Amino acid sequence: MMPILEMILRPACWLLLAPLLPGIINKVKAWVAGRRGPPVLQLYYDLARLWQKSVVMSKLASPAFIILPAVSWVALFGAALLMPLGPIGSAFGFRGDVLLLIYLLALSRFCTAWAAMETGSAFEGMGAAREVSYAVLAEAAMVAAILSLSVQSGSISLVTMLSPAAGPGMVLLAAGLFIVLLAENCRVPFDDPNTHLELTMIHEVMVLDHSGPPLATILHGASMKLLLFSVLLVQAVLPLGGLSSLASTGLLAVGVLLVTVGVGITESLLARLAFKRVPLLLTVAFLLCLFALLSAWKGGNS
Amino acid sequence: MNSNLNLLIGLAMGLNLMALGSSRLPTVIRSMAAQGVILGAMPVLMEHELDWRVLLVSLATMAGKGWVIPSLLRRAMRTAQIDRELEPLIGFVPSLLLGAGGTIAALALAQALPLMPEHQGTLLVPGALATVFTGFILLIGRNKAISQVCGYLILENGIYIFGLLLIKSMPLLVEAGVLLDVTVGVFIIGIIVDRIQRAFDSLDTRKLTALRE
Repeated sequence: MMPILEMILRPACWLLLAPLLPGIINKVKAWVAGRRGPPVLQLYYDLARLWQKSVVMSKLASPAFIILPAVSWVALFGAALLMPLGPIGSAFGFRGDVLLLIYLLALSRFCTAWAAMETGSAFEGMGAAREVSYAVLAEAAMVAAILSLSVQSGSISLVTMLSPAAGPGMVLLAAGLFIVLLAENCRVPFDDPNTHLELTMIHEVMVLDHSGPPLATILHGASMKLLLFSVLLVQAVLPLGGLSSLASTGLLAVGVLLVTVGVGITESLLARLAFKRVPLLLTVAFLLCLFALLSAWKGGNS
Repeated sequence: MNSNLNLLIGLAMGLNLMALGSSRLPTVIRSMAAQGVILGAMPVLMEHELDWRVLLVSLATMAGKGWVIPSLLRRAMRTAQIDRELEPLIGFVPSLLLGAGGTIAALALAQALPLMPEHQGTLLVPGALATVFTGFILLIGRNKAISQVCGYLILENGIYIFGLLLIKSMPLLVEAGVLLDVTVGVFIIGIIVDRIQRAFDSLDTRKLTALRE
């Protein structure tokens, strides 16, 4: 009975809880600014509304325009299933699954960027170029973080890698991964999810021509990615493996909530960075993760 | 005790990178000041029994490097009316990467050095080398006189960390003397910065290379 229940509950957990996170972020931002803000469930309403709409398609676009958002969503969902969830582990973990996770995230980004360029609009090509060029730098930081976790735990599968605490470089790793989270999910210091100004947007400009169900899959995929990165951050930093299952589930939930609130507060307090300065911040994230790797390595030796 | 010391040196190394990566002069000055305070706390941690002289030098270092010198520099910055380094010779990302590479190289080098057994487990030597290297990068790579002064002070901080290795055998008077020298030096540099600003309308040291009548 338990395996079947788990098989249903885990995807349901990822699919249903993910759209909550942007809602919480927006609520926190509204709260800091002294507004009432949209309801926490706003993204669910949006998704339901978009799902009922029809697709408007450019005459230039090939069928890939509709297929690629779906592929991107499936890649993100697969990455989510790889990610262990505290006590229950991952759905199909194996040795080296962390590489698959990184590649699935890259595949999803590739699909979004390709779909953005399908309409032949220079504007979306610009967005795709920006997204991909930031991703190169963010990925370096991500790989350094994964390496440091792997060196720390002496393993290359996500379940054993994420269960102990991150060791002496924990603070560095947490800061680095938080910056990566902000960059990968196009949050404020890198990209403003609310703006529709030509000069400032990255992710929003890529999805500008999508409509109806494909846009809904993109939005849902983005929220799932946010949840994925917060779960990764929390599990990398906190030693969830040593606790009882109830405590670690609770801790994971609280941690993800804290990360989400942290993103909201960061967004309220910071202004978007100028494009020129973004590589600097991503380099800082890379160095933070690199030094976490170094301390994991040195700490393991002595 | 060693782990506390290593934590402080790690913080000082982090501040090095902060000074390298920031384009705003107040941030550079602040990270330099914070580094000075951290350095001031180190002798107290290293001595087993507290001596009033050690405490005095430590307090003087903290006050001098953390407050007197930074406030002198801030004053110079205000009179010169600049607060940003624009287009440095070595860009911020390259200098940050250079600094990080230098730090890692220092850590690797320090393992190869034949150290005294009591210095084996500490980060004193790599910390000193990395800080000196950071100072050099700032000195070479920045155009504004005030950033270069910060680079010089960070270089001096690195030498100070190196001096901590000899804290048992070196009279504290030397430390006090160095501190005094540095303070006077910054005091003079503050005046020079003001003169440069008046004569050239800019603190860009590249303009000081040509001789004029």
